[in-house]
Amino acid sequence: MAYVIPTRPDDESHHAPQSFWTRYVWSQDHKVIAVQYGCTAIAVGLVGLVLSNLMRLQLGFPGQFAFINAERYYQFVTMHGMIMVIYLLTALFLGGFGNYLIPLMVGARDMVFPYLNMLSFWFYLLSVVVLIASFFVPGGPTGAGWTLYPPQAILPGTPGHDWGIIVMLVSLLIFIVAATMGGLNYVTTVLQARCEGMTLLRMPLSVWGIFTATILALLAFPALFVSGVMMLFDKVLGTSFFMPSLVSMGQLSAHQGGSPLLFQHLFWFFGHPEVYIVALPAFGIVSDLISVHARKAIFGYRTMVWAIVAIGGLSFVVWAHHMFVSGMNPYFGFFFATSTLIIAVPTAIKVYNWLLTLWRGDIHLSVPMLFALAFMLTFLLGGLTGLFLGNVSVDIPLSGTYFVVAHFHMVMGVAPLLVVFGGIYHWFPKITGRMLDDRLGHLHFWVTFLGTYAIFFPMHYLGLLGMPRRYHHFTDYEFIPASAHAFNAWITVIALIVGAVQLVFVFNLLWSAFRGRKADPNPWQAASLEWATPETPPAHGNWGRDLPVVHRWAYAYSVPGAPRDFIPQDAPSKEGGAEPTYGGAA
Amino acid sequence: MNTSAVPLNAPDEAARERALSAGLWAFLVVVTSLFSLFLTAYVMRLSSPDAVAIEMPWQLWVSTAVLTLGSVMMQRGQLNAGGACAMGFLVAQWTAWQALQAANVTLTGNPAASFFYLLTALHGLHVAGGLVAWANVQAAPTPGRIAMCARYWHYLLLLWVVLFMAFSWITPEVARAICGVKP
Repeated sequence: MAYVIPTRPDDESHHAPQSFWTRYVWSQDHKVIAVQYGCTAIAVGLVGLVLSNLMRLQLGFPGQFAFINAERYYQFVTMHGMIMVIYLLTALFLGGFGNYLIPLMVGARDMVFPYLNMLSFWFYLLSVVVLIASFFVPGGPTGAGWTLYPPQAILPGTPGHDWGIIVMLVSLLIFIVAATMGGLNYVTTVLQARCEGMTLLRMPLSVWGIFTATILALLAFPALFVSGVMMLFDKVLGTSFFMPSLVSMGQLSAHQGGSPLLFQHLFWFFGHPEVYIVALPAFGIVSDLISVHARKAIFGYRTMVWAIVAIGGLSFVVWAHHMFVSGMNPYFGFFFATSTLIIAVPTAIKVYNWLLTLWRGDIHLSVPMLFALAFMLTFLLGGLTGLFLGNVSVDIPLSGTYFVVAHFHMVMGVAPLLVVFGGIYHWFPKITGRMLDDRLGHLHFWVTFLGTYAIFFPMHYLGLLGMPRRYHHFTDYEFIPASAHAFNAWITVIALIVGAVQLVFVFNLLWSAFRGRKADPNPWQAASLEWATPETPPAHGNWGRDLPVVHRWAYAYSVPGAPRDFIPQDAPSKEGGAEPTYGGAA
Repeated sequence: MNTSAVPLNAPDEAARERALSAGLWAFLVVVTSLFSLFLTAYVMRLSSPDAVAIEMPWQLWVSTAVLTLGSVMMQRGQLNAGGACAMGFLVAQWTAWQALQAANVTLTGNPAASFFYLLTALHGLHVAGGLVAWANVQAAPTPGRIAMCARYWHYLLLLWVVLFMAFSWITPEVARAICGVKP
């Protein structure tokens, strides 16, 4: 099981990369690659944030900002969605957290294929560069909506139908190559490079979440690849995979017989697992944050693992609930509504287990814990509106309204981002050796948490009022009452404030990385392996001369009779704190 | 291929090969997912009224034979012969394309042809990717790595046979029957 990169002490200086370039640029060290992934994702995420604020300016104060015309508005919507879902969240959870945490948490010296890992980052960076380049091509980026539905995505009338859509598809294909190279690494590392004693059912839930999400990514991204390649062929080479025969701008198109519905099936066969590619790492990380900061073993560790696996499996059989309004056989609708509601069962198990972990715990309201608690609440609320929308008869009237915008922003926008923030506050001391500033952290937390509620809560109401999504402006529609306009202005003001406070977070990152308070090697008194490295931040090869040996799970907190309220995973067996046994099978 | 920042010593070659082997299995699962989705799309698209079956050129039987031979050679540990067969396969596929072009079967003509060109091209890329790995194995041809080459080659053959069967047997009529489309 153990995959050992040999390190003799006298070889150490010989092997560790020395020059600035090999150390920080063409680096094959998973920790550096993780930071590269993280910084790129945060940078492109800030672009997505600015785009959302521009959209809000138009919606809150229509006509006041003349440069946000309808065409630009749709381009902003599209780029915002794509950036946030793929280039920020997916990249940050798998490329960032996955890269940093997997080898450290399973006791490996690095990923098993470091060179491939480096390539993965550079392909990701290339995909981001290509994506951003679409702002500068003739006609600007595509405005087809982040789902890129054909036929409109490549027809005149949609912004960026000429160059923007091509650049977007190329960028996505490059991203998929990057994600696959990374994903093969994460999966193989978990399977092959765990240190002695690190059984699969001793891995921290962060690793389980990232591992399962990676498997989902490896199986689901091909669907996006297939649809992207076929749409590129339709656009560039004139095939008719998705393009039906139609009249566009008075001209009969050269396409015939293609099936737009086929694209939707392929897109959502990727798109729904994508939700869990983002959510499962968040579930895992938040489980660890709650356990560490409540000083209690995670409640029902094994059910947590099985719930993650079950959610991952179910996520492949619910995709058509995104297509209820596209029309389908009623039996299919029934099937997909049922499978969608079934996902609520393992998800509810997780929420209950988090609550039961908190129950009578020694809860420390540190900044990471605040984010973790906020995640639980946000995910619960976003998940509940998902139960509404999972029912065909409720979905059809609500699907085109702001209710859906509110739902998916709560459940897969705000909730995972809260975990991203919590995770960064939690592991920043390990990554940099310094603490993030606590006061700025609290400011960031409270404004983000309360602000996102002030933004998205009213949207549920606006949606029930019938306010349609995807509209450039809401003036001159009689069915939209004046109160909705007031709400829109309010949401915009809050969105600007929440946007601004993210800059405080970025400032905190930069300032603390160089000037922050020096961190203790294990500032949160956590039991998992990444806090047991001989150096902080960990050196090349992570573990010094000898690999760690693990004797228990990662949740030995507040063990009765133990001298401290946690027992590290690599402490000798006699210190106790072993994982509970289940029917003698453990 | 030295994919590690740290040079590997001989005793760790076994662990290294276990990792490579697991990584290869995972990669083949990804490729399976990719082509399964393509084939699903193929069936759905071919069920539409504008699809017409295309005649498979005889050259494909040559390429099938060459690829089978390559698989056998790899299994017997003959790295060079196996690689040469894979290159021969690509040449045979190219001649099949030429034959189709000569018969006026164009990429945009009808969905069966579009899928044929697209999927054979992607399978060709899959073969070419295998040849890159093969060239790397030539630098250090351990039995374990040759066995991984053989596994990759068997997979190439299996995938090609599945594609060939799909092109030959899943005609528009069959696709319509699968999708329940009334003619």
